Amino acid sequence: MLDVLITHWNYFIVVFLMMIGLFIVISSMNLVKKLVGLNLFQTSVFLFYISLGKISGGTAPIIVAKADAPILYSNPLPHVLILTAIVVGVATTALGLALVLRIKASFDSIEEDAILSEKRNIRRRSLL
Amino acid sequence: MTLAIILGLGTPLAVALLTPCLRAYPILRDALGVLGGLVSFGAALHIACAVIDGATPEWLVLSIAGGLDLRFAITPLGAIFGLVASGLWVVAAVYSAGYMRAANESHQTRFAAFYALAIHAALGIAWSGNLLVLFIFYEILTFSTYPLVIHKQSREAMRAGRLYLGLLVGTSLLLLLPAVVWVWLVAGTLDFTPGGILAGRIDPALTPWLLALFAFGIGKAALMPLHRWLPAAMVAPTPVSALLHAVAVVKAGVFTMLMVVVYIFGYDFLAGAADWLIWLACFTILAASIIAIQQDDLKARLAYSTVSQLSYIVLGAALASELAVKGAALHIVMHATAKITLFFCAGALYVSAKAQKVSELDGLGYRMPLVFGAFFLGALSIIGVPPMGGSWSKFLLMSGGAERGMMLVLVVLGVSSLLNVWYLLEPVWRGFFFAPKDDKEITQYPLVVAPLVVTALLSLGLFFTPWIFADLVELVVMR
Amino acid sequence: MISFASEYALEHAPALIIVVPLLLAVVAALCPARMGYMLALVASAISALLACLQMQVMAGLPTDYRVSYHLGGWTPPWGIEFAVDSTAALVVLVIAVMGFIATISSKQLFLREVDGSNYNRVYGAWLLAFAGLLGLVMTADAFNLFVFFEISSLASVTLVAMGSGVDKRALVAAFNYLLIGAIGAIFYVIGAGFCYAMTGTLNMLDLGVRLPQVASQVPVYIGFGFMVTGVMVKAAVFPMHFWLAPSYGYAPMAVTVLLASVATKAALYVLIRIFMTIFGGIDVLPQLILQWALIPLALMAMLLGTILAIYERDVKVMLAQSSVAQIGYIVLGFGVGTLAGLQAGFIHIVNHAMIKGGMFIGLGGLVLAMAGQTRPSPTRIDRLAGLGWRMPITASAFLICGLSLIGVPLTAGFISKFYLVSAVISAGYWQIAALVLLSSALSVIYLWRLVEVMWFAPPEKNKGARLPESPLIYLPLWALALANLWFGIDAGLVVDLSYRAAAALMGAG
Repeated sequence: MLDVLITHWNYFIVVFLMMIGLFIVISSMNLVKKLVGLNLFQTSVFLFYISLGKISGGTAPIIVAKADAPILYSNPLPHVLILTAIVVGVATTALGLALVLRIKASFDSIEEDAILSEKRNIRRRSLL
Repeated sequence: MTLAIILGLGTPLAVALLTPCLRAYPILRDALGVLGGLVSFGAALHIACAVIDGATPEWLVLSIAGGLDLRFAITPLGAIFGLVASGLWVVAAVYSAGYMRAANESHQTRFAAFYALAIHAALGIAWSGNLLVLFIFYEILTFSTYPLVIHKQSREAMRAGRLYLGLLVGTSLLLLLPAVVWVWLVAGTLDFTPGGILAGRIDPALTPWLLALFAFGIGKAALMPLHRWLPAAMVAPTPVSALLHAVAVVKAGVFTMLMVVVYIFGYDFLAGAADWLIWLACFTILAASIIAIQQDDLKARLAYSTVSQLSYIVLGAALASELAVKGAALHIVMHATAKITLFFCAGALYVSAKAQKVSELDGLGYRMPLVFGAFFLGALSIIGVPPMGGSWSKFLLMSGGAERGMMLVLVVLGVSSLLNVWYLLEPVWRGFFFAPKDDKEITQYPLVVAPLVVTALLSLGLFFTPWIFADLVELVVMR
Repeated sequence: MISFASEYALEHAPALIIVVPLLLAVVAALCPARMGYMLALVASAISALLACLQMQVMAGLPTDYRVSYHLGGWTPPWGIEFAVDSTAALVVLVIAVMGFIATISSKQLFLREVDGSNYNRVYGAWLLAFAGLLGLVMTADAFNLFVFFEISSLASVTLVAMGSGVDKRALVAAFNYLLIGAIGAIFYVIGAGFCYAMTGTLNMLDLGVRLPQVASQVPVYIGFGFMVTGVMVKAAVFPMHFWLAPSYGYAPMAVTVLLASVATKAALYVLIRIFMTIFGGIDVLPQLILQWALIPLALMAMLLGTILAIYERDVKVMLAQSSVAQIGYIVLGFGVGTLAGLQAGFIHIVNHAMIKGGMFIGLGGLVLAMAGQTRPSPTRIDRLAGLGWRMPITASAFLICGLSLIGVPLTAGFISKFYLVSAVISAGYWQIAALVLLSSALSVIYLWRLVEVMWFAPPEKNKGARLPESPLIYLPLWALALANLWFGIDAGLVVDLSYRAAAALMGAG
């Protein structure tokens, strides 16, 4: 058990962060905190991918001219993928924050319970 | 021959589409219905004659998808139903023109359009070449009659409409459609074939189950637990009850039942597997008659009488013997002419004397002799007394029961006749032999009275000469 | 010159179908507001045209033919590949054509609900969502799929939020949609990561070849679970359907049209792609999940969606709930897992797009005419009273689509149901066929309530003059209504194409 923990420590960190992130998204009442949780969740996945690409003993995958011996490179592809994913993540966060701003302007709160009660009020009024 | 099919099917559809354009000209609009009826009937007659000569008129419209065709092919049974539906449409169109004016109903144009559409659907059912086409037009018939049922748009009418749609669509989707799919998967075809397509292809142990899917799926046949829609639909104006709930809709139901027995199962194959259905039909015959006796509302009484009579035809199908099937096919014709007469009379009594209940008919007989005379003839035909057309079909059905050696069926039919006498002759009795209760004004409308006299005479005439129906009925059981 | 241009277009169709709307999305966002609609129309028309051409070419080729397009000239499995086989061609065709029709009707539908000065940005997001969904179908790269997943999600969220002009609750719906969409996408990407870790490739075909070699390893199954869960969120498969009703309900009507007719279809395609292509080589697992997980979920969706729709008084939400049920039908077809089942699923993908697209356009037309008179909740069912007579052109086409929804014969919906039921029965699940029919019989209830209200309302509610009807709404609507009738009577085309789609998937798996 312990040796699994040691050899796969990166995965345990990833899972730990992921759970924290997901927990915040679900449990937090504050919309901004939800976004923070989402970011944490996303970032943990980024770490997962990047740690996949690391080959022990490998170096940065940059071709150096006139290398005599074959060099062990780490896998560059996950980095490329995650570069894209980071961009996506930034876009998600930006859109989320923009929505939070608009919600704040319309509902005068970013707490979920306040928003819910306001929604209930609207519903009651529309039924009249 | 294809032309005749197109003409016969297309005319009611054209009438339905043209009617809204003639909204401003009520006379033209109503004349169009009668004209359409004549054209349709002509086409049906032409087709029926061809069928007697041994042809099978066909029209392949198109192929829907892999092996499923939109195809019309006229079987002898289909020719019979086509003649009945289109022929009675002519009289019913005259009658409804007279009735709707006399009763001063609203939405007359909508009424006329959907009336024609329903006939279109009924003819589509009659002439369908396979089970899928039949199912398609079966559903169209349900939906096109819905606006007629809720015509008054009162709370009661809407509730009846929901029941009507719920029961008919519900049973057809939940039971009939799987039955069709089942047949398709087992037999690989849905075409109506003399002698059936299922023999040797389906496990005999499962046959009663498939039959049950059909028997209960065809809600329009009003077999007993599923009959409630029929009395409920009586809230519609009388012409609807007359044509649709004595001829087109309910006959479409029992016609489908017969088609399934004759051309899908093959009655030789079915014999024996349908015994449970015989007893259910017998139960329906008696139970509906007993309920009918208790109804004071004339239309409700006639509705339950229809439920009972429809089971005669289901009984004929379930007996699955040659004579019984012939009797059932003939009963479609005989019951249609007789029952439409009775409904016409009920409508005439309503518009002329505002009488809806049997107890309100006292003494009206001498003041409306034609109406009561026609009612008497129609009632006799349903009871099955010679010299009325109904006696032939009842005779054949009884012989069919005897052929299968089921004497109890004969007893049931006999008892049913006695019950018929009770509840159908009571109105006539009251009309002629009871003292009138009041002296209210009675106006008779020629357009309302003429059709019912015609159908009453028709039902009398069919005893002396069953016309081409006798030949067609022979063809149904010939292979 | 023309033939050269058309050949060029056809050769690069897989890329152009996506690139054109993607580029024009940027152009639209930068242009003056009034240009937005034109640009969206042009972009979606080009995509639809190319998709039609592509389908025409594909239909003449063997079922297992697969067009492979290498972006930037990098050959797979290293480069990103766009692949079009019979399956993808069909779904792309549905999305592109429905997107085009939705775009036509969007101008009138946006009119009351979105501020005119925003049209350029709205149509920018519109085209992004459209391109993202097309990309979702076309890409053959598991990670690229995630990118398109997010492009379409983020654009859809933006569009849903545009509903805040009418009802501020749209913002909350959009925010929740964003969260659930992002979580779904991340789930998917985790799954893809596991598969990548096990095989070192992200190309779907390549994954399909290599995964069976490591099929005994646990991470493969973990990856499978994450990917399927993530896509199920996007496809609104029960129990991940809860975001659908509020998003559809509060979005502007035009957006609901787009999302309802194409968004879930693309995700459903991805779902079956994962089952059949990526994990199709592993015998036990996908079959097991298909039958023991997807079928029960599909049944729950069918019944629950229908029942919720029956109790719903807001017509827009009611139709959204019915979408949940209809997605259940499609998933059920997939879940049966036989050739006939897949075929039935694809038939319903096509038909349901036509049905729901038409119904939402029609509802939009009806509500639009009543807007202003009936704030708030113009989509409450009683607001539609008597509209059947006051707006006959729109309402009658709406009714045709509605009849198709419940599967009345001679409409496309009937063909769907017939094929679904026979597929289910021939696979031996006759009890399930009974449930399918039960759900469709129940759907008569909510649809018929609409008919009663619109046409047979008590006469005192029927008063009122004819309301103006816009051709930009009733023309696309009637096109869909006629398509519903046409493909209900002559269903050969849809049935054949769906058969090819199913056969291509089975062949690949």
